[in-house]
Amino acid sequence: MKRYTGRTLVLELVMIATAVVIAFPIYVLVNLSLRDKRSGQSILSPTTDPTFDNYRTAWRDAGLGSALLNSTIVTVVSVLVIVVVSSMAAYVLARVTRAWSRIAFVVVMIGLLLPFQLALLPLYSTMRDLDLLGSIWSLILFYSGLQVPFATFLYVGFLRALPTDYEEAAMLDGCSPLRAFTSVVFPLLRPITGTVVILNAVFVWNDFFTPLLYLSGTDTSTMPLAVSTFVAQYLSNYNVVFAGLLIGMLPVLIVYFLMQRSIIKGFSGGLKA
Amino acid sequence: MATLTSEPAATTAAARRRWPRFDLLGRRSRAPWWFLLPGLTLYAFVVLIPSARGIALAFTDWNGINPTYSYVGFDNFSKLWETDLVREALVRTVVIAVAITIVQNAIGLLLALGVNSQIKSRNVLRVLLFAPAVLTPVVTAYLWRNLLAPTGAVNALLDLVGLDRFEHAWLGDSRYATWSIVFIVVWQYAGYSMVIFLAGLQSISQDIYEAAEVDGASRIRRFWYVERPLLAPAITINLMLSIIGGIKLFDQIYATTGGGPANSTQNLSALIYRYAFNSGQFSFAIAMSVVLTVLVAVLAFGQFAFLRRAERNAS
Repeated sequence: MKRYTGRTLVLELVMIATAVVIAFPIYVLVNLSLRDKRSGQSILSPTTDPTFDNYRTAWRDAGLGSALLNSTIVTVVSVLVIVVVSSMAAYVLARVTRAWSRIAFVVVMIGLLLPFQLALLPLYSTMRDLDLLGSIWSLILFYSGLQVPFATFLYVGFLRALPTDYEEAAMLDGCSPLRAFTSVVFPLLRPITGTVVILNAVFVWNDFFTPLLYLSGTDTSTMPLAVSTFVAQYLSNYNVVFAGLLIGMLPVLIVYFLMQRSIIKGFSGGLKA
Repeated sequence: MATLTSEPAATTAAARRRWPRFDLLGRRSRAPWWFLLPGLTLYAFVVLIPSARGIALAFTDWNGINPTYSYVGFDNFSKLWETDLVREALVRTVVIAVAITIVQNAIGLLLALGVNSQIKSRNVLRVLLFAPAVLTPVVTAYLWRNLLAPTGAVNALLDLVGLDRFEHAWLGDSRYATWSIVFIVVWQYAGYSMVIFLAGLQSISQDIYEAAEVDGASRIRRFWYVERPLLAPAITINLMLSIIGGIKLFDQIYATTGGGPANSTQNLSALIYRYAFNSGQFSFAIAMSVVLTVLVAVLAFGQFAFLRRAERNAS
């Protein structure tokens, strides 16, 4: 096929240089987080006497441990609920062609256009009345409903392209509809479920606006909110701030580099028209 | 007689229970309707009903706490229009969204074309360049706030390479603050655009490239006549994602400037938060959310219709 020419080498060098520029902030982040505040070294030169004290301070003062646990619970439970309810709803919307089903589809798709600020403010008073403010359940409830339209949209698209032979065979063999769904249809949805899980997990884990509204001023926190509170506290000592930011990034980065192939596929796959 | 008439009815009922009904297309509708209920209930409770309530509350003087309020017609909306801060934020919201859309996609496309080549580092680069897109926006924004500070790493770098006359208080100077925020967003999401363009590029069959090569097409002509038309779906998705994300932008503004200096980086999302939770003008903030909704719908629909037409013309 195509050969590796001199022009390819130039392109290679240009691309690597671009990657270095894009990675520059991460270098500074790591470099400064390993340094004492009083170190007289220039910002850009590599730290000569690295210390983990900033990490100790950040971990102790930012309550990152409990925030990490909360973020994990919120992400896992929300994504689980989103997958279950959206795949079920999509199964009806994709397979039943009656008028009520088509109307329901349009109603769900309206949700793709509504920015969540519109729902978030009125819902704030509802959450307050239900005494859910300051509880991670307010977040789980919110995300579970908020992401139904998008997840359903992805599932419906996938289901419409999926042959119905398997489910028909299962039904003829006497499977109940529920059984046919759980043991025949749902396993076939695996590729799109991967996309739904990845996109929603990244969104839920990273969301800042909702916890800022529903958890602010309470003891409960998620990772982005805890980092934000912590940064405000340590404004002047950015070596400690950087250690905190890095701890906040680490879980995402670890998961990303372990599963980069499927994550990138998830981001590009489900969005392919 | 009674037994004679009831018996066939009973058998049809039994038959109906045993055999799934057929729908209009003659396919068996084996999906039970109640499968819809859990998803629909959650969606209605969290999105549909609150949004409808939001639209209604935009016409009231509710402060978010009192149980009573009265309808004030279009007062909130005319007040929105009369408030300079809001009008400027509306314009800025569109400017930010358009700037992000153009720059992020241009860079994303170049990166995708670069990675979709014979270079040896292409797989590593793809993973590295996409990495910022999975990071928490508010966390990367705090990082950039420090990097772009007057004594931060960006100015230090400019100093190092002798470009010290370009040093600025990037986020503290109203001339540069908005563009610095656009830059932060582009830094984080250019790799996202790249990945989607790349998926589009990789779906182009090798035969087409070879045919173009045989015909002696230059690199630029190959892009314009071969890749660009076939990339149309990827372009549509990328532009939609970035314009909608750009309109709703909040985290980066909250973390870097908080809307300052002198309100020069306020957009609608930032003002909604400020009015609702710092100055307690709840219904005013909700009216602003309605404006935001209309803006998203108009820009998204307009762009989508335009791109669909372009896609059809291209194919």
